[in-house]
This record gives sequence, C-alpha cells and structure tokens, in this order.
Amino acid sequence: MRQFGAFIRKEFFHILRDRRTMLIVLVMPVVLIILFGFALSTEVRNVNVAILAPEPDDMTRRIVERIDASEYFTVVRWLDTPTEIHETLRAGEAQLVVAFGQHFSGNLFSPDGSQMQLVVDASDANMARSYISYAGGIIADFSREMAAGTGTSAQEGISSSVQFLYNPQMKSAYHFVPGIMGLIMMLICAMMTSISIVREKEMGTMEVLLVSPVRPIYIVVSKMVPYFVISCINLITILLLSVFVLGVPVAGSLLSLCLVSLLYIVTNLSLGLLISTMANMQVIALMISGLVLMVPTMILSGMIFPIESIPRVLQFVSYILPPTWYIAAVRKLMIQGLPWIFAWKETVILLAMTIVLIATSLKQLKHRLE
Amino acid sequence: MEREIVIHTEELTKRFGNFTAVDRISFDVYKGEVFGFLGANGAGKTTAMRMLCGLSRPTSGTGTVAGYDISRQYEKIKSSIGYMSQKFSLYEDLKVWENIRLYAGIYGMKDKEIERKTAELLERLHFTRERNAMVRSLPLGWKQKLAFSVSIFHDPAIVFLDEPTGGVDPYTRRQFWEMIYEAADRGITVFVTTHYMDEAEYCDRVSIMVDGRIDALDTPANLKAQFGAESMDEVFRSLARKAERSE
Amino acid sequence: MLSVEVSDIRKRYGDTVALDGVSFNVGKGELFGIIGPDGAGKTTLFRIIATLILADEGTATVEGFDVVKDYKELRKRIGYMPGRFSLYQDLTVEENLSFFASVFGTTIKENYYLIENIYKMLEPFRKRRAGKLSGGMKQKLALCCALIHKPDILYLDEPTTGVDPVSRKEFWEMLKKLQQDGITIIVSTPYMDEAVLCDRIALIKEGRFMTIDTPENIRAGFADELWAVRSDRMHELLYAVRSFRGVDNCYAFGETVHFTTFGDGSFSPDALKDRLRAVGHGDIRLERTRATIEDCYMSLARE
Repeated sequence: MRQFGAFIRKEFFHILRDRRTMLIVLVMPVVLIILFGFALSTEVRNVNVAILAPEPDDMTRRIVERIDASEYFTVVRWLDTPTEIHETLRAGEAQLVVAFGQHFSGNLFSPDGSQMQLVVDASDANMARSYISYAGGIIADFSREMAAGTGTSAQEGISSSVQFLYNPQMKSAYHFVPGIMGLIMMLICAMMTSISIVREKEMGTMEVLLVSPVRPIYIVVSKMVPYFVISCINLITILLLSVFVLGVPVAGSLLSLCLVSLLYIVTNLSLGLLISTMANMQVIALMISGLVLMVPTMILSGMIFPIESIPRVLQFVSYILPPTWYIAAVRKLMIQGLPWIFAWKETVILLAMTIVLIATSLKQLKHRLE
Repeated sequence: MEREIVIHTEELTKRFGNFTAVDRISFDVYKGEVFGFLGANGAGKTTAMRMLCGLSRPTSGTGTVAGYDISRQYEKIKSSIGYMSQKFSLYEDLKVWENIRLYAGIYGMKDKEIERKTAELLERLHFTRERNAMVRSLPLGWKQKLAFSVSIFHDPAIVFLDEPTGGVDPYTRRQFWEMIYEAADRGITVFVTTHYMDEAEYCDRVSIMVDGRIDALDTPANLKAQFGAESMDEVFRSLARKAERSE
Repeated sequence: MLSVEVSDIRKRYGDTVALDGVSFNVGKGELFGIIGPDGAGKTTLFRIIATLILADEGTATVEGFDVVKDYKELRKRIGYMPGRFSLYQDLTVEENLSFFASVFGTTIKENYYLIENIYKMLEPFRKRRAGKLSGGMKQKLALCCALIHKPDILYLDEPTTGVDPVSRKEFWEMLKKLQQDGITIIVSTPYMDEAVLCDRIALIKEGRFMTIDTPENIRAGFADELWAVRSDRMHELLYAVRSFRGVDNCYAFGETVHFTTFGDGSFSPDALKDRLRAVGHGDIRLERTRATIEDCYMSLARE
C-alpha cells in the first residue's frame, strides 16, 4: 500500500509540474463549451426565405406573414415561376423556398388537403433539417388555428403537426452539452492516461520499474487515479457551465447523472490502459487516441449528427464507441429528465464495455519488456 | 609562411539569463588543421559549437567562420560547413544512396556531380554492395564512417564533428581517424570534440574548455610539456579538476 | 561462491543475432566488466539477466534464482542502471530517490549508509529537478537509486558513456568502494581503458565473448611482438610504418603508432629507423611495448 501511495504521489507531481498540459486539461472543457454553445450554434435566426405562390390570396398571404413575423425567418423574395426556385437557392439569396400548390386555398378544406412544398438548401444538412422543422412548425400552428376556427379536424389541415419536446426553444446547447461531456472525458481519461504510461516506456523508466518487485498493475492503476480526479473536476466544470452559462438545466436526477458519468470515466481509463499496452511511443498513443477515438466520436457518436442519419455500416462503429452510449444516457438523464431506469440499457452496455476493456488490457499487461 | 585562418573568434560570449555558458573565448583555427575541442560535460563546448555553426547568436563578442560573420551571415556559414554528431547523422529508414542524394541535394549539388561522387565515395569506403541497404541495417561503425563522408560530400571549408566516435569499436575508430586525416589533407578543416583522450593526441592542436573559458590551447606535445604530464588524459584531468561548476 | 551463472545464451531479433552463445560466471563480490563497442550485444545481455527479456536459448541463474522462473524473487535483489538516463526528469533529486526507495519497499534512511558517500555529493542539489543536473550528477543519482534497496548484485549498462574523463574516474572510484561493501557488480563499457579497473573482463564482439579473464592475463596473452614508435611527423608515420617490411598490423595509438610484426624475424628495428630518417622523420623513438586491453581487443577482433 505504501508503494501504491508513492506512485500516486509521483503521478500528481508529474501533472502539477507540467503547467502547460495542466492548463490545457482544465481549460479545454470551458473553451469547448463556449465554442459549441455560442460560436457553432445551429440555432435558426433570420434565415432568408423566398415564396412561390402561383395564386396569391388572403390565405397564402397570412401564412407568409406568419413566417415573416417569426424571429427565425425573413421573407426576401416572391418568385413567379417554379424554375426560379433553384436559381434562388443556388445564388444563395434564400436558404428556404416555400412553394404553395395550385388552388391552395380552395383545397384547404377538401379531404385531400392543400399542397405545399418546402424546398431547402441542404448543403448543411443539420441546418436544413432545422429550417424544415421550424417552418413546418409555423405552418402546423397556422393550420391548427384555421381548423379550430372553422370546426374541421386538424387532419384535413396543411401538414402533420410538429412539436418540440424537451427543448422547446430548439437551443443547440441542449444538443451539444452531452456530446461535449462525452468527448472531453474521453480525451482526458483515455488519451492522457495512455500517453502518461507510454511516456515511461519511452523515457526508459519503465525498464527500471519492471526490474523492481513492484507489480505492473500498481504502475498502471496509479496512473489512473490523478486523471480520474481531473475528470471529476471537468465533469463539475461542464455541469456548472451548462447550467449557469448556457442555461441547460439538469432536468433529471443529478445523482444518477453523476453515477453514469463516473462509470463512463472508468470505461475511458481502461480504454487508455489498453492503448498504452499497444503503443511504445507517445506519438503512437496520441495517434491512436486522436484518430481511432476522437474523430469517430465527433462524427459517429451522435454528438453532432444523429446516429439514424449515418450509413448502416458506420452505425455499427457508432455502437461500439462508448461515447455513443454515454451521450444517449446523458440526453435521457440530463435533458429529458427521465428516471435512471430509462437509461438502463446504456448503463449496462457501458459496464460491459468496461469489463471487457479491463480484462483485455490486464491480459496484455506484460511483466517484461517484450 | 602565413597560414590561412578559417575560424576566428574574439571574446565570444553566450549568456543564458545570469548563467555564462561561454565566457569570452578567443581563438583561431587554420585551414587544413585537425582541431580538438575538449572540455568536461557542461564546460560550454556544445554552446560554443552552436555559435560557430550559426545556430545560436552570441550575446557579445565576434567571430568569423570561413570568412563569414557568425552573427550576421549565418546562412552563408551553413552552406560552407559540414556537421556530424553522434546522436543524429543519417536517416535510418533511407537507403545509403538516398541519404547521400538527400544531403547533396540540400547543398544544391548538380545531379551529374552527385552521381559521379556517390560512386566514388562508395568505392572508397568499400560500400558499393551496400548502396541499396537501409542505413538502419549497417553496424554502428559503418554508419559513422558513412555519416562523416556525407558531411564532407559537398567539400565544405570546415567540418564540425560532435563526439563522432562514441561507442565505436577500437578498430573502426582508427579507420575513422584516418578518414579525418584524409579530409584534412584535402584542405578541409576538422573541428572535433571527443571524450577519448587518445584521440586528443591525434589532433594537430587541442583546446580545453573549463567553466566556459578556454584554459589551454596548444599542440598535444606542448600541452603535455606545459603541464608536466605523461598523457593528454593527465593534462585534461589537472585542468578539469579546477572546474567549479557542473552545468 | 557464484553470483551469476550464464550458459549458452542466444537471442535474435529478426535477422539480427544479438547474442550468439554467451556463457560466463561471476563470483560473489566480483567486479566484472563487459567490454565492447555499441551494438555488440551488451544491453541485450543485461536485459536477459535482469529478467526484462527472455533468451531464445540458454539458461541463466543470478544469486541462485532462475531469471525466467524466479523473476519475482530475483527482482528484489537486483540493482539496475540502464544505458540511458532512466529517472524522472521532472522530479527532484530527493523525490526520485524516495520514490525508488518506496518502490522497493524501503526508505532512504534504512540503507543510507550504502549511498552516503555518493549522496553527499548530490546533497546541495537535493531540491533540483533531475532533468537540470549535469551528466556526472545524473549518473550519481541513478547509481543511488539503483542502490537504495541494498541489492545483492548491481548491473550497470554503460554508466560512463558520454561522460568526461574526470567524472568517469570518480565513478570508478565509487564502484570500487561499493565492491568493498560486498556487492557483486557487472558493468559494461565501450572505453577500453576502464577495463583494467575490473577484476575480470569479457571482451564482446558481435554477440560473442572473445575472451574472459583478468585484464592482466589478457594482456599477457597477447601473442605478437608489439612495438610503439613516434616521430615529429605523426600522420605520415602511420603510412610509412605500415608499408615497411615485416610489419603486420599498424594503427595510431594515442601519441604513438603501435604495430605488430610477423613472427618470422623479417622485421628489423634499426632498418625501420633508418628508413624513417631517410624519408624525413626526426625525433624518432622506437621501443617494444606491452599490449593494452585495446591492443588485445583489436588483435582478437581481427581473428
């Protein structure tokens, strides 16, 4: 036990003395939160809209006014022919075109309903999706009001109704906070732990430690302790920032959120341990964590893009990434405010992953140099 | 006969904060000379050598190398010197000829000339068969000989050798020194550091640095006479014992 | 009493043969030197007897423990100082030492007497980070860390490489003192002049021991007639002597040129002097000389 204590003390010395890394590790979450929360916002505001109304009348005008009046959209142009739709979008004059069908008003209360089309510039797929749902929402509202006013049922209205649950203002922070938590804790735990173990191999100190009677497991477990502590600090920082700066509350139980997070931290520490058994140089450890963990996490874990919109083959990759499950769990526990039992599947999967990772890396852990 | 001076320094000094690594050294090195640059670890050899190679600017004092000013014309210096150190010399994952081609290219040599001189060099080193071998696969002594040949491939005025023979076996070490002599005979000035005191004997003149200053500079024979010593090892030790600092 | 028994150790890495059948014994309390250039297999040999890597063939026991089966027991008894500086550069002198003490389940106090002489020189730099020490000081700290658990046997892999002659001499004085404390020491070095400071040495070349004996016996075993010659034109001297009749192997040796002769009586010292004078050498001194370990190494390596 005294040996173990000495190791942990040494690890803290290493970290505390490397001021630059320490600063990066502690400031990174703050920077990422601010970056994603404000700069890279996917919130919709004053998007240019063009309108195509072959038979403009009172009804279409009311809808257009409703769209223009919202803070999301600004109507910039009225088009005369359908061919102009593409030109307008291509020229970038508008990102969304609302095209009313023939006899729009006349058909409104017919059993088939009216025809209208939303044409969107989908080069930014995420934003496009947002425009559609916002515009759809406005039109649905209007349709419901009309239906209420005339006594017809909503099904005969314009389009199916869209409702935004859990994130009524469609704030992107709700979307990003769980993702950032998943990413940062993975970076700190997996990357830093593996680099720190591999550094001992590179510096030759591992050689001296292996010749001593100390058990290799002590060496690696003591590496995990300080990074566990740092991850906990990061967890607290992120939660405080998201609640007080981004205004994303913890809707569910704080306790279950923390417990799932601690489990996720351990998952990543064991991932770091596994990487360290595979790499002999810090650069390799860095590349494995960067390319094999970070990039797929950003793209495939559902942090930014929904998993459902990822091709099937890549979805398989998503499902073996621990952050995918953690982010899903955080969305349930923190954003949706569901009780823990709704995240049981995610928890069990993370737990299983942890056990597999620890078992594999312990098997890989050598008590000799080669 | 007036000998041509290729390295000239006057009161050359380098300070890091309040630590004076090199303390007002003044000396001349002549063309075609084998000049041994000795000193204990931390005496300031590396810092001095970096200034001479144009890698580090002196805090004060002046110096010229191959006729160029070390604080202003360092780009010119770099193209007229060769450099080889024990730690880094050749790319291990390139073939022998690729290494030669690379360095010759860096110094702007013409393709025709490179081709001719490469063949000549490999012939002289008896390396013709190893032309396509990876440098990694060569024994250490061979690597060092090859690295030295590459460092003087572009016929520099001066070649700086930083502990070129560390860890090399005694036989190859001697072959290495014979190559140094050949280079000196061709008029290339050789500026060399070493921890082998027998190698100090092979130099035309030797300087010994202690605590950032040059405490002795003469031919090995004169130094031994001056210190009443049997060997250069003794000369070195009697000087280095006076050292007060250790890096 | 034997401390180390190594029998026919072989190790290859891919196509490279690192060790090609090495056998030797080291007695308790002996100072045993492994002398040879870089890449001769010294580090591989140390790693095998330090339980760090497994040999392909052959057996080794250290202090009665098999290096493969009993590695756990053995690791408590070995002090190992690898070839490159292997301490924590960002920890202070004191922190490094106390860390390694706890790794071995001991304290600085317990075995202080063993390192006292060396540590006293480090004491003024106690609070300095190891990375900021000079080469000689780093080496002393590494030695202290390897000794702190009072090992039965000490392995030092090239402890003096890249270290200046003064620090090297100090280091060997320290080793001599440790030997008096009863510690068996195996040390490797590329510096031939250090060989005479060992009780017995092995000359290693390309993974093979060329000879194992006391330095004195090895020097006495030098078979050829060895001469040393000097003149006022040392550089030309080498070529002049090399081409002279009856001269076999000729090489620079410090301030002289050493050469061996063919044992057929064809060499005449007076004729050599005359010839040298004739081609313009002055101040010629020619004498028979005793072979040093370096002469022996070169002679054995040629065979």
